[in-house]
Amino acid sequence: MRTNRHGWARVLLGAALAMGLAGLGQAADSGATYGAHWKSWQAHANVSDLASLQRGARDFVGYCLSCHSLRYERWSRLGKDLKIPPAMLEKYLIPPGEAPQDYMLSPMTADAEKWFGKQPPDLSLIARYRGTNYLYRYLRTFYVDSGRATGVNNLVYPSVAMPDVLSSLEGLKIAVYRTVEEPGPHGTTLKRQVFEHFKQIAPGSMTPQQFDRFVHDTVNFLDYVGDPQRVERHRVGVWVILFLIVFTWLAWLLYREYWKDVR
Amino acid sequence: MSADTPDSTRADAAAAKGGLWAWINRRLPVESFISQELTGYFAPKNFNFWYFFGSLAMLVLVMQIVTGIFLTMFYQPGDAFGSVQFIMREVQWGWLVRYMHSTGASFFFIVVYLHMFRGMLYGSYRQPRELLWLIGMLVYVALMAEAFMGYVLPWGNMSFWGAQVIINLFGTIPGIGPGLTQWIRGDYGISRFTLNRLFALHVAAVPIVLLLLVVLHLVALHQVGSNNPDGIEIRDHLGQDGKPLDGIPFHPYYTVKDIFGVGVFFILFAAVVFFVPTFHGLFLEPANFTPHNPLSTPADIHPVWYFTPYYAILRAVPSKGFGALFLLLAMVSLFLLPWLDRSPVKSIRYKGWMSRLALAVFVVSFVGLGYLGMQPVEPLYVILARVFAIGYFAFFWLMPFYTRWERVKPVPERVVYHAH
Repeated sequence: MRTNRHGWARVLLGAALAMGLAGLGQAADSGATYGAHWKSWQAHANVSDLASLQRGARDFVGYCLSCHSLRYERWSRLGKDLKIPPAMLEKYLIPPGEAPQDYMLSPMTADAEKWFGKQPPDLSLIARYRGTNYLYRYLRTFYVDSGRATGVNNLVYPSVAMPDVLSSLEGLKIAVYRTVEEPGPHGTTLKRQVFEHFKQIAPGSMTPQQFDRFVHDTVNFLDYVGDPQRVERHRVGVWVILFLIVFTWLAWLLYREYWKDVR
Repeated sequence: MSADTPDSTRADAAAAKGGLWAWINRRLPVESFISQELTGYFAPKNFNFWYFFGSLAMLVLVMQIVTGIFLTMFYQPGDAFGSVQFIMREVQWGWLVRYMHSTGASFFFIVVYLHMFRGMLYGSYRQPRELLWLIGMLVYVALMAEAFMGYVLPWGNMSFWGAQVIINLFGTIPGIGPGLTQWIRGDYGISRFTLNRLFALHVAAVPIVLLLLVVLHLVALHQVGSNNPDGIEIRDHLGQDGKPLDGIPFHPYYTVKDIFGVGVFFILFAAVVFFVPTFHGLFLEPANFTPHNPLSTPADIHPVWYFTPYYAILRAVPSKGFGALFLLLAMVSLFLLPWLDRSPVKSIRYKGWMSRLALAVFVVSFVGLGYLGMQPVEPLYVILARVFAIGYFAFFWLMPFYTRWERVKPVPERVVYHAH
């Protein structure tokens, strides 16, 4: 097991920041509002965008790997697929004490269950399980909620156990609700809270555009990890189908030639 | 062309000559088998599009066996989920072999459903082909068992819960149900012992049964001869040489035609394998990309698309026991088709409007049930599923009546064929 003190510092800092500001959050009034249509946000994942994948790999190692493993992805494979030179891979990504052929495992111990209530899941196949749009919306809809132990909540995955580890980048936002009255049974009126929009209450180290790109890159990277041979698969597939078209055309000619005699 | 010389003479001549080929043929009837079953097997010359799917089904069977053997070299029931990922990521061309196998399962059913529909269109199940149809139905049942077991092997969460649902169906049998499910599982719940036995059945037992049934299906076919789109017997009109006037040797005519069909098939197959192997969640479901978890039931459990028509029938019936009974009945109805059809003609070309309407209702019902079987249970969907289930059963159980009442068209003496 390796140690990643920097990753840990970020996690703890993010969580502390979120919890500390949770109480103050409601008072702040200024700040941009957005997110009314979060359900239709698109990840626009594109696994042939190598630069995006490389940034995503860096961001994943910096912000996610301290808790989440990619137990089916080797460092060497990551370097090869994302065209990261071995020297850079070893210098910037592979933690000290690990070899390129090792799998990308997190240093998280069994204590995680005590801290978060559950083990952080392995993310090797998360993009295939949840889909990229889900992940994109999930990472962008954390909001301050003083009722939660983590100080935050999430629109995509309500009451999620994960703290808002990206809050130092994104800043903090609250969810603004509007009350909707609906006719209930027996002539009663039911009041329901409907999400209206987010309101930014504290800036992060990134602008909204930078943060959006950060999330896009991370999701893109997870999309690659879920199906790492996709680019290769598409490349081979084109040639296979071209060959089959020629084969089928020849088979058609042969068939016509033989069937000329059939009256 | 072999039709010029009598086949038996050729075989004898080959045997009489010296050399290795003759040596073999005196001991093993290779030459006479080829001349009887390929060059000397006469098939109607008017086969159309629908007649590609028999040979394609055999092709997919062979492909599944070959890719399956390679998968077995790396798959480990003890680390089922992980070993599948190992195949997908680390074994050379493992992803190709695995995607061929998973896509092959769905294409197998596409091809077999079209093959069966062909039989229903042209009355290929009618006398003298009843046994041919029954053996084919057994192939279908064996294929369903094979596909179900194969689906469990990657041991994702849908594998686990799918196995739970399917095996529990046996629990609805009165009296022996609970004991039977425990015997099938080999444990009190779905466990690694269940997985291991499904693996054994999937790679050894069921493939052997499938191969045997396919051979019997072909033997029965060659015994009675192929039907054709006109539903008339080509063996009723023999030429001077004793060969059917409307028949042509299977080899080379249908072998070259089927090679062309294989080409088209492989283009479609490769398009899926290389570009959309999950087929938007229909062939490989998102819920199966997370490891099995007995504590976490997927929000919506449903089988893969090829089982969903029956699954919809199961869910359309309010009681689980009766649902299972209707599911069984839906299969039994298909088996009974040769005896339900009382029409004086075989092919839909010469049947009346009632048969055409009934077949259309059946197709719409089957596809509709297939769609509904993938949807969550909602009041409207349940009502629709019941309507389609009635449509499905009406096709079969009203068949003895509408096939006798309707007016049929005159059947031609000889097959209709337009030369290219």
